[in-house]
Amino acid sequence: MTPTLSIASLAPALPEIYLAAAICLVLLVDVFAGAAARRVTPTLTLLVIGVGAALTLQYAQVEKAMTLFSGMYVADPLATLLKLLTMLFVAIALLYSRHFLETRGLLKGEYYVLALTAMLGIFVIVSAGSLLTLYIGIELLSLSLYALVAFDRDSGVAAESAMKYFVLGAIASGCLLYGMSLVYGLTGTLLLNEIATALQGPPSLGLIMGVVFLVVGVAFKFGGVPFHMWVPDVYHGAPTSVTLLVATAPKIASFALAFRLLAEGLGNTADTWIQMVTIVAVLSALLGNVIAVAQTNLKRMLAYSAIGNVGFILFGFVAGTEQGYEASLYYTVVYVLMALGAFGAMLLASARGFEADEIEHYKGLHARDPFLALILMALMFSFAGVPPLVGFWAKLQIFQALWESGHLALVVFAAAVSVIGLFYYLRIVKTLYFDSPGDLPVPERHGAVRLALGLNALAVVLLGLFPQTLIELCVQALG
Amino acid sequence: MQAGLLSTLIWLPIVGGVLVLALGDSRIALARWVALATAVASFLLSLPLYMGFDTSTAAFQFVEQMPWIPAFNASYHLGVDGIALPLVLLTTFVTIPVVIAGWTVIEKRPAQYFAAFLIMEGLMVGVFSALDALLFYFFWEAMLIPMFLIIGIWGGPRRVYATLKFFLYTFLGSVFMLVALIYMYLQAGSYDIVALQELPLGFDEQFWIFLAFFAAFAVKIPMFPVHTWLPDAHVEAPTGGSVVLAAIMLKMGGYGFLRFALPIAPDAARELDTLVIALSLVAVVYIGFVALVQTDMKKLIAYSSIAHMGFVTLGCFLAFDIATGTGSLAGAGMGIDGAMVQMVSHGLISAAMFLCVGVMYDRLHSREISAYGGVINRMPMFGAFMVLFAMANSGLPGTSGFVGEFLVIIASFKANFWYAFLAATTLILGAAYTLWLVKRVIFGPVGNVHVATLEDLNGREFFVLAVLAAGVLLLGLWPAPLLEVMQPSVQHLVEQIVTSKLP
Repeated sequence: MTPTLSIASLAPALPEIYLAAAICLVLLVDVFAGAAARRVTPTLTLLVIGVGAALTLQYAQVEKAMTLFSGMYVADPLATLLKLLTMLFVAIALLYSRHFLETRGLLKGEYYVLALTAMLGIFVIVSAGSLLTLYIGIELLSLSLYALVAFDRDSGVAAESAMKYFVLGAIASGCLLYGMSLVYGLTGTLLLNEIATALQGPPSLGLIMGVVFLVVGVAFKFGGVPFHMWVPDVYHGAPTSVTLLVATAPKIASFALAFRLLAEGLGNTADTWIQMVTIVAVLSALLGNVIAVAQTNLKRMLAYSAIGNVGFILFGFVAGTEQGYEASLYYTVVYVLMALGAFGAMLLASARGFEADEIEHYKGLHARDPFLALILMALMFSFAGVPPLVGFWAKLQIFQALWESGHLALVVFAAAVSVIGLFYYLRIVKTLYFDSPGDLPVPERHGAVRLALGLNALAVVLLGLFPQTLIELCVQALG
Repeated sequence: MQAGLLSTLIWLPIVGGVLVLALGDSRIALARWVALATAVASFLLSLPLYMGFDTSTAAFQFVEQMPWIPAFNASYHLGVDGIALPLVLLTTFVTIPVVIAGWTVIEKRPAQYFAAFLIMEGLMVGVFSALDALLFYFFWEAMLIPMFLIIGIWGGPRRVYATLKFFLYTFLGSVFMLVALIYMYLQAGSYDIVALQELPLGFDEQFWIFLAFFAAFAVKIPMFPVHTWLPDAHVEAPTGGSVVLAAIMLKMGGYGFLRFALPIAPDAARELDTLVIALSLVAVVYIGFVALVQTDMKKLIAYSSIAHMGFVTLGCFLAFDIATGTGSLAGAGMGIDGAMVQMVSHGLISAAMFLCVGVMYDRLHSREISAYGGVINRMPMFGAFMVLFAMANSGLPGTSGFVGEFLVIIASFKANFWYAFLAATTLILGAAYTLWLVKRVIFGPVGNVHVATLEDLNGREFFVLAVLAAGVLLLGLWPAPLLEVMQPSVQHLVEQIVTSKLP
């Protein structure tokens, strides 16, 4: 380790350093802006993210993996890609939510600050080089999210789901920490790359114990079965704009957590965790898709759909190959893009006193708002994995990775499960297009949000027609 | 040879469809003309395919290739041979009557109606001209979306049930095909169809791959016993939807057998041909009886479609028995020739039959046979067309229906007398259910007061039926051009499938 620490050598960590400073700035500006804060803070936050993305692109790009702060911090192409995507997704989510927050009296500076701290948490996870960094990132992200879920303090349901989320999340963090302590005790190091070299050969019983707890923690953060209980309640109870935040960017953090911890740190003893992850993946894909069929609330349906999709993301880890991780990464990015659109459309369809969270609120949306209906239809077909939409390529890559690693039974299982999934997505399309609207309200205009949502849906179509770009990005990031 | 012709045929209707969608219902008069112009232009542009087609070779023609997804070694690879060309022409041809038939009849969201059919036309041409298996699958699945909406939005009372059943059935069949395609991609390192056809495979591999393909194509075509989605979909679909479903979508199953299942897994196909032939004969005989007892005209035609598709699968799989029985490859191709002619001919006849039912339905809003009777007294011109198409449906010599059935029956004689015996029952059953339908609907005294108020065909309806009638007669009297186009490709296919892939 070179003891010299120059400013220039910190460049790869610029996104985090910048973001931490920017959060303080946003907080101060919000306090001093007084009444004007309602207008200033949202715009300033988007600006902060924009500048952050520019700085990351300009200064924090690295050719190959390097470590900082005695190996606690990793900068590699994957981290850069994930940070850029996180910034993009969080920015879109905040853009979609503004009018929602305004009409519900939730437009406060703290909301934006918490969103930014959650983002910082994701950054720390993405760049974590040691168990400790990983854990700090998870806590930063989770605590921000707990607070956000409870943000509507007058809502009893929101408080209840925040409580559930917090208690279950704390247990999961405890499991994770316990598992980490066992692994630390066995290897004598917190650094993931040193753990990887230390863990060669057949695993000891203690290690298996530790890995069990680690997998539990990872599965909880992902929302994989049987640690999925919080997902439907949180999605359902939180204000829709918060659901949008919880359902999107944190999935990238979950991927990063699983990748750094399982694939990189415990890569040499993959046998210990692949079996467990297989069980979680199979159960998630099955239960998520089957239970989603029975839902009448759109938020809960999308929550179970998220659980089902997590199963597919984990299938990439089951494959345990380069292609598998690449497929998982691609699937995660694509899923987040689709979830953004779906919850964004929900936000647009809702109005004060009409949350538009039941499926029947979407009856005949086509007659009331053809544009929104078209977007939702495209997203539903994409979720279902029907070409020419991008969701198809995500599923295809998972199938390919599973086949290539010899998991024939899982390929057939995944294919069969996606047919079940198709049913409830089709049911949404049926509600949108085949049912009569009755006297449900017409969604408001909100030109800018509409434009952004249109671009979001267009991306789902264009990435479906020309999938090469995104596939290449994912391959390069992991290469 | 013009480069880019096939791409134009795929993307022109899709762009036209998006344009019609953008024009919307408020400018529907213009949108209709744009839709018609797009359909006619696509048909006219498909004619150079036929004119410029070299009938002396089995190679793919009008080939286009561009990199698409280098990561999977999949390319945007198009081309047609003698098997795909007639189906491409059928697709572009049938879309015109569909657009004209919906001209004023569709009152609900008409712009989207026309757009859906145009987009589907492009996707269907894509299915028939894709030379890359991933591209094929891409079009194959994408096509379900417009059809799902067509049945669901413009369909009858039970449309939601029918359209969900249609989508889920076909999707379930298709995902197993995808699994098989991925397996072969991992072996061959490419999704190119020719590479997959040449891929050496052991018997077990072939067996499972064949079953995966069979799941996809048997549902699509559809074969007994996975045919149950079709009567529902047909009955509930609007007239245009039934026409496209019967005329073109069912043919994709047959095309899939000829393009994928047979050449990729010839040894498994040889081993399982008895099963397929048996199921085909069940379709011909049993479904023929089922058609006989229908009281709903559309359902009757739907069952008749399944019986006729039984001939297609029968013809496709006769080649093995003929080749081993007679030792002659030339004779082995006859079944496939017959299957191809049957597909094209059924495309025209079923389209016409559904349009005829549509004509009556638009007037009386009933598809029940008992709601009619003596229609010819009020609609003599329509009656004449209906009788002609009914004759064609039952395979009367001089119409296209005869050629396909005759070729398949001859071929099955070469294979096995009993195959021919059972297949030939269609001459009786087909005639029975179709002519009985005509007798009850068209002839006799005027059935009721509603029939007494019927008005004969208007200009648009006359034009549509006349064009189809001309096609049916032309193909029946002079099938040589069609057979000539297919000849080298069918011969090549027969050589492929009688050559064992096993070491």
